[in-house]
Amino acid sequence: MEAKKLNLKLKIWRQKNSNSVGSFVDYDVQVSPDASFLEMLDELNNRLEAKNEEPIVFESDCREGICGTCGLVINGHPHGPLPKIATCQLHMRNFRDGETIWVEPFRAKAFPVIKDLMVDRSGFDKILQAGGYISVNTGGAPDANSIPVPKDAASEAFDAAACIGCGACVAACKNASAMLFVSAKISHLGFLPQGQPERYIRVQRMIKVMDELGFGSCTNTYACEAECPKGISVTNIARMNRDYVRAKFTSKVIEV
Amino acid sequence: MTKLESKVPSGHISEKWTNHKFNMKLVNPSNKRKYTIIVVGTGLAGASAAASLGELGYNVLAFTFHDSARRAHSIAAQGGINASKNYQNDGDSTFRLFYDTVKGGDFRAREANVYRLAEVSGNIIDQCVAQGVPFAREYGGLLDNRSFGGAQVSRTFYARGQTGQQLLLGAVSALNRQIDKGTVKLFTRREMLDVVIVDSQAKGIIVRNLVTGEIEKYSAHAVVLATGGYSNVFFLSTNAMNCNATAIWRAHKKGAFFGNPCFTQIHPTCLPLHGESQSKLTLMSESLRNDGRVWVSKKKNDTRHPNDIPEDERDYYLERKYPSFGNLAPRDISSRAAKEVCDEGRGVNGGDAVYLDFSDAIKRLGKKVIEERYGNLFEIYETITGENPYEVPMKIYPAPHYTMGGLWVDYNLMSTVPGLFVIGEANFSDHGANRLGASALMQGLADGYFVIPYTMGDYLATYKPAAVKTDHPEFEKTAKEVKDLTNKLLSIKGKRTVDDLHKQLGRIMWNKVGMARSEQGLKEAIQEIRQLREEFWKNVNIPGSGEDVNQTLERAGRLADYFELGELMAIDALHRNESCGGHFRVEYQYEDGEAKRDDENFSYVAAWEFKDVGNWELHKEPLVFEYVKPSVRSYK
Ligand SMILES: Cc1cc2nc3c(=O)[nH]c(=O)nc-3n(C[C@H](O)[C@H](O)[C@H](O)COP(=O)(O)OP(=O)(O)OC[C@H]3O[C@@H](n4cnc5c(N)ncnc54)[C@H](O)[C@@H]3O)c2cc1C
Ligand code: SF4
Ligand code: FES
Repeated sequence: MEAKKLNLKLKIWRQKNSNSVGSFVDYDVQVSPDASFLEMLDELNNRLEAKNEEPIVFESDCREGICGTCGLVINGHPHGPLPKIATCQLHMRNFRDGETIWVEPFRAKAFPVIKDLMVDRSGFDKILQAGGYISVNTGGAPDANSIPVPKDAASEAFDAAACIGCGACVAACKNASAMLFVSAKISHLGFLPQGQPERYIRVQRMIKVMDELGFGSCTNTYACEAECPKGISVTNIARMNRDYVRAKFTSKVIEV
Repeated sequence: MTKLESKVPSGHISEKWTNHKFNMKLVNPSNKRKYTIIVVGTGLAGASAAASLGELGYNVLAFTFHDSARRAHSIAAQGGINASKNYQNDGDSTFRLFYDTVKGGDFRAREANVYRLAEVSGNIIDQCVAQGVPFAREYGGLLDNRSFGGAQVSRTFYARGQTGQQLLLGAVSALNRQIDKGTVKLFTRREMLDVVIVDSQAKGIIVRNLVTGEIEKYSAHAVVLATGGYSNVFFLSTNAMNCNATAIWRAHKKGAFFGNPCFTQIHPTCLPLHGESQSKLTLMSESLRNDGRVWVSKKKNDTRHPNDIPEDERDYYLERKYPSFGNLAPRDISSRAAKEVCDEGRGVNGGDAVYLDFSDAIKRLGKKVIEERYGNLFEIYETITGENPYEVPMKIYPAPHYTMGGLWVDYNLMSTVPGLFVIGEANFSDHGANRLGASALMQGLADGYFVIPYTMGDYLATYKPAAVKTDHPEFEKTAKEVKDLTNKLLSIKGKRTVDDLHKQLGRIMWNKVGMARSEQGLKEAIQEIRQLREEFWKNVNIPGSGEDVNQTLERAGRLADYFELGELMAIDALHRNESCGGHFRVEYQYEDGEAKRDDENFSYVAAWEFKDVGNWELHKEPLVFEYVKPSVRSYK
């Protein structure tokens, strides 16, 4: 009872490595509307491999929208045209027979292309390693219920913590700003009582590294929020800016 | 010959771990940084271990094939994590969690390990909360719990449907803190391809840099594997695309025994196959079974729309067969029952799917309540299938989900190779023949935060392993073996693709080494796997070179290992002439179809020693049950 297949023309970015120049290459595919976008690429790769051609390099892992590994720019949109899903959750029934689809890597100065559609997002981890945590040693924690957290605060912290670190916000932004990603972590920890002691040091350190890595500044266009698969809100950016300003007035100013 | 010594400490079960901790040797704080420890894997088990060892002052090298520690498969766990906090005052205790886990595992786990797991479970929650894991809370601000997977108490902590994500982000933040401090060095996009053994102790690893293709050598005083499970041997499973068995398999071939390889868990509520191009299977939370009713048509090959099949022509087979548990029957029972009705030709359109229907619940509770409970899951379902579960019953089918088997470890989580430790889903673990829901996350974090930091110290202080440099001949030799293997794979230049061969292996595994296994089927499977393995080595094609990113090469190496592991799974399943937990042998069942366990002959861990490809020697670790008397599981 398989549904009728779609005939599509793909224009896919191929690039040998970070030093070479890339270009779009055309591929014709036939695909079931029930397949996912990445399954379509799997099938295409299988076909290429059978002809002893090098398959298209792209990354994915969970294919459930949670690990943040996947990320393609499809027809100009990071993670494709539908809101609030990751690339791996996009299904072919959302495309029309005969359509042409453009597939590119996430582009940003801080995300160099490694090969084809695979990019280096390690900058995100470097930011998190600059204080994006609560300092507590294993075994040193008090009983979990000795730290009550109002349900609303826990829920708001969760909303921010839902970020999957995919980088779509950076790819969507004309300045390649990482503010949405960084502010999500700041809010996650900032909403919780456990996160308070290091709150102001954290924001300063993380922003410093973010700037050093060449991510751009935020000019409030909100393209990031629109493309974020987890619906991370730009209000986090405002919160982060407030914390950053306030940090300057606390006694805990660090050298930045 | 290596002997199987479980090293379970003496004394009453409730005092074993405490006494053991006291009796273990300690490493002097100033000596700790002289020791280098390699941790492979940054999932819950690996990240928590690397962070905790770093905190203690060891020099830690952590490896992952992902581009970031946060991508590990643990991130995808949905349901929750168990702990015997008894916050709900419903009678939970260390002993009850221990008891439930031993019983749930169908009496094929080591009692002392399970007790320790239950004992430290509460500390895990404390640790995670302190790190900022946003668990669900009640209005008073205290932690909320739910019951999960047939437990009679509410002991599951959760963070919406994304518990694994939040726990992993917590563990990774602890790891990041150590990276910040310089105690841990993280190597991403590195795939471990072998372990280096010098004078019968693990001294390091050989990895492939997945970007440059370079084969790199790293030495250490001890190695910890936290590389996850091997469900992807089935090709289609709920595991992430890149989960694989290579790290543990290569270690197995270097002397680490493999425990209970045939113990695999099939999850009953996954989305069915949509076609040949399917790449993986998606898990739908088991919680759906709280309100959904499972049914199929009474007729074979019924192609009517489900809403056109009248009530009296539906077979609510779980409710019929297991009146007291009904739709909540345990995972293995529900999975098998679904396969049975589909094999009879009564699945959806005569195919492999059954209905999970919410229409009664919607009538009874109203759409709003159902939306509150499962809205998020219904949306996921609709995104994937294009069907609206409020109006049309969901279609589900079982899928491979978790592997209880893994490398055999002693009480200290050390394998049969001194200095090689195995934690998380990668070891043969505390779950016996069947894992309870929400217990894998608990085990991964227990191993990483609360067990390995102690037992590692004891190993280092007792064995005083000498430092070895990477120019040691053993490193050269092992690196050469790895390079030769890579070149061999690349030089075959046959006609078949890696995925094509993997799918074929998956079909053999699913049909004959899956949910219901028979002597004949297993014997056939062994032959078929061997033939296919030969075909692979003659006829696989891998385009490109080994000198840069080559994802086909990565998958080929993993598949090569699956061919060997798949055979061992079948051999293990064939030798185990009983049905227990996730292992169901059709010859061993009661008249009503219930599993028939054989405690007299099979109350042991099967630990396989690798001799040669296709040739293993069986060792047995007898299991003694002093605190929980084996009983027949009944969910009628
Ligand atoms: C969809 C789904 C839902 C689940 N839900 C739950 C739940 O609700 N509750 C529960 O308790 N359990 C659940 N589980 C099970 C649980 O998630 C896993 O058992 C657990 O997360 C495994 O953790 P781990 O640390 O052992 O391994 P993983 O998280 O799989 O991590 C493995 C790590 O090893 C690395 N690695 C592997 N091989 C190599 C190599 N050769 N070289 C370098 N690095 C390597 C990987 O990069 C990764 O970092 C679920 C599983 C699935 C599939
Ligand atoms: S904020 Fe959104 S878009 Fe940016 S990394 Fe996180 S999930 Fe991705
Ligand atoms: S593959 Fe994990 S989010 Fe898409």
